[in-house]
Amino acid sequence: MEAYLSIFIKAVFIENIAINFFLGMCTFLAISKKIQPAIGLGIAVIVVLGLAVPINNLIFNFFLKADALFPGSDLHFVGLICYIGIIAALVQILEMFLDRYIPALYNALGVFLPLITVNCAILGGVLFSIERNLEFSESIVYGLGAGTGWALAIVALAGITERLKYADIPEGLQGLGITFITVGLMCFGFLSFGGISL
Amino acid sequence: MNNNDTIKKTLIVAISLCLVCSALISFSAVELRDLQEANKTLDKQSKILSAAGLLTEGTEISELFESIEPRIVNLETGEFDSAIDLDQYEESSFSRDPNTSIELSSNQDIALLKRRENFQTVYLHYNSQALNAIILPVRGYGLWGTMKGYLALEPDLKTIIGLEFFDHKETPGLGGEIDNPKWKEIWKGKEVFSDSGDILISVIKGSVDKSSDEAKYQVDGLSGATITSNGVTNLLSFWLGDMGYGPLLEQLQDKETKGV
Amino acid sequence: MSKAKEALLNPIFNDNPIALQILGICSALAVTGNLYITLIMCVALTTVVTLSNLSVSLIRNHIPTNIRIIVQISIIATLVMLVDEVLQAFDYESSKTLSVFVGLIVTNCIVMGRAEAFAMKNGPLLSAIDGFGNGLGYSVILIVIAIIREFIGAGTFYGIEIMPLTTNGGWYMANNFFLTPASSFFIIGFTIWALRQWKTDQLEEPEFKISKNSLEAEKRITS
Repeated sequence: MEAYLSIFIKAVFIENIAINFFLGMCTFLAISKKIQPAIGLGIAVIVVLGLAVPINNLIFNFFLKADALFPGSDLHFVGLICYIGIIAALVQILEMFLDRYIPALYNALGVFLPLITVNCAILGGVLFSIERNLEFSESIVYGLGAGTGWALAIVALAGITERLKYADIPEGLQGLGITFITVGLMCFGFLSFGGISL
Repeated sequence: MNNNDTIKKTLIVAISLCLVCSALISFSAVELRDLQEANKTLDKQSKILSAAGLLTEGTEISELFESIEPRIVNLETGEFDSAIDLDQYEESSFSRDPNTSIELSSNQDIALLKRRENFQTVYLHYNSQALNAIILPVRGYGLWGTMKGYLALEPDLKTIIGLEFFDHKETPGLGGEIDNPKWKEIWKGKEVFSDSGDILISVIKGSVDKSSDEAKYQVDGLSGATITSNGVTNLLSFWLGDMGYGPLLEQLQDKETKGV
Repeated sequence: MSKAKEALLNPIFNDNPIALQILGICSALAVTGNLYITLIMCVALTTVVTLSNLSVSLIRNHIPTNIRIIVQISIIATLVMLVDEVLQAFDYESSKTLSVFVGLIVTNCIVMGRAEAFAMKNGPLLSAIDGFGNGLGYSVILIVIAIIREFIGAGTFYGIEIMPLTTNGGWYMANNFFLTPASSFFIIGFTIWALRQWKTDQLEEPEFKISKNSLEAEKRITS
């Protein structure tokens, strides 16, 4: 249990996928102007990461890893295209499933789901979990943790940007420029989580 | 243009695309595999050689590595174990598998590893039959993540030849200075054990008072990186202690004294 | 300006993918700590975006519309995997440092964006030039950031010592802040500021202006 908690905390704070690895930045900067959509997107990322990381972990361990299919097989080099394909398919299925069974959630998250397919945070989370050689149960925790970390960062940034629009910012710095600097300052905040160990 | 959307055309495009792509990738993967494998071994070998200070310009690494003998050691008993094939040994999988590792209790686990594998590869360097250096893989938690490295000891099994980290996530410029050649230079000649066999080696805060008796067991701390410095001390104390290579070093020491 | 020249030069200053379209910055931030690694990343990305534009454009008249995104992704992923394999074979050190970031070129929005927006509509040669131009636009920003970070953070330029560090017995006290990835945010932020002072047409309309009539302001916010 302790080990899982440690993976989770690490994924949320110490190795925050948005703030420390800068993944999913394109969407991160585009959506972070208002809190409401930021929360929606954050939840969508948690869900997709929570599913995509463990599923790809299984794919890797049962098909792609050296000697996984039959002794002597080694398909790790096609990994990338498999992961992308699975993420795309997963998002499609999730979209259809939500549309059919949980329309309320579909209405809230629907617009964000297609965006997520090409979000580097998802592929990044998958690649990190494979690179770190996580077990299946650990990968579930890692996926959820990484998603939570991303959601936390985007909601925090959206909160700041929302207030910033009333600030008197120099002309050239308005919009994108100041957002970058805000994220930079947030990085400092997250740097202080270093050294936490459970 | 509309004829593109027929099922037949879609299938033809999809299948031929898959064929072309997979052919390309498979071809490159197969063609380049040998080179990649060679790179990986070369990388590891150069790190081991560099810890032992054996890396010389102009000589092929694989040639230098011929004088080094990797051995699997049972950390429990400290004896060499030839039952496990060297090629089959993989630290990451051995240290996670409950059959080949033990869980560390919190007072044993000073390097914050959680589990320790029962087997480890050590590297012995021979200079014309006589043992010249022993290189031990070490690892432990620093500030941001696990630091992995090699510690090379003289044949007296207590004087350090070098400490080289090959994988760490420490803050560049602060903890990342464990890669600084100047700092690595300090380690050479330091001693790890006192005469009575206690582990004294440590990275201290600030710089070492050269006149003190303790100086040969102490290394200057990295400024601004206390947690990394402590991490290095902890990982050395762990791996040189009873849970680490302690039994192995004892065995080797016995052999040495008996040999005389 | 001829069309080809425009396709090549526009993405560098006027329509820079990073500074203006906020595309593909994920990797831009994480790998810019040292110039050599950055150059490898730039070459990798430029190769991928040029070749993917070329190949998408070559088969653009045969791609069925309903599977066009997956066709593009497959082509890009194939190219990225090829680049990754080559890198692992010939420059293992860099491929270790870049770790997952080479793989992440697949989801780099520049590559997908150019394939979808340009290569699907234009001829192979022009598409390849456009891809190359966008690759260069990305590279220019990355290289600028890397030079600044390496120079201030470590006192070196492409690994050559310019300002000897105090830790090595010199006089320059390195600014470690520039070695942390956070600094690239500030550098990009200020680069955008500088670029917009120069090319004023890129300025963004403020979302909120202090005005005398509070009703009008209210309207502007809600719209």
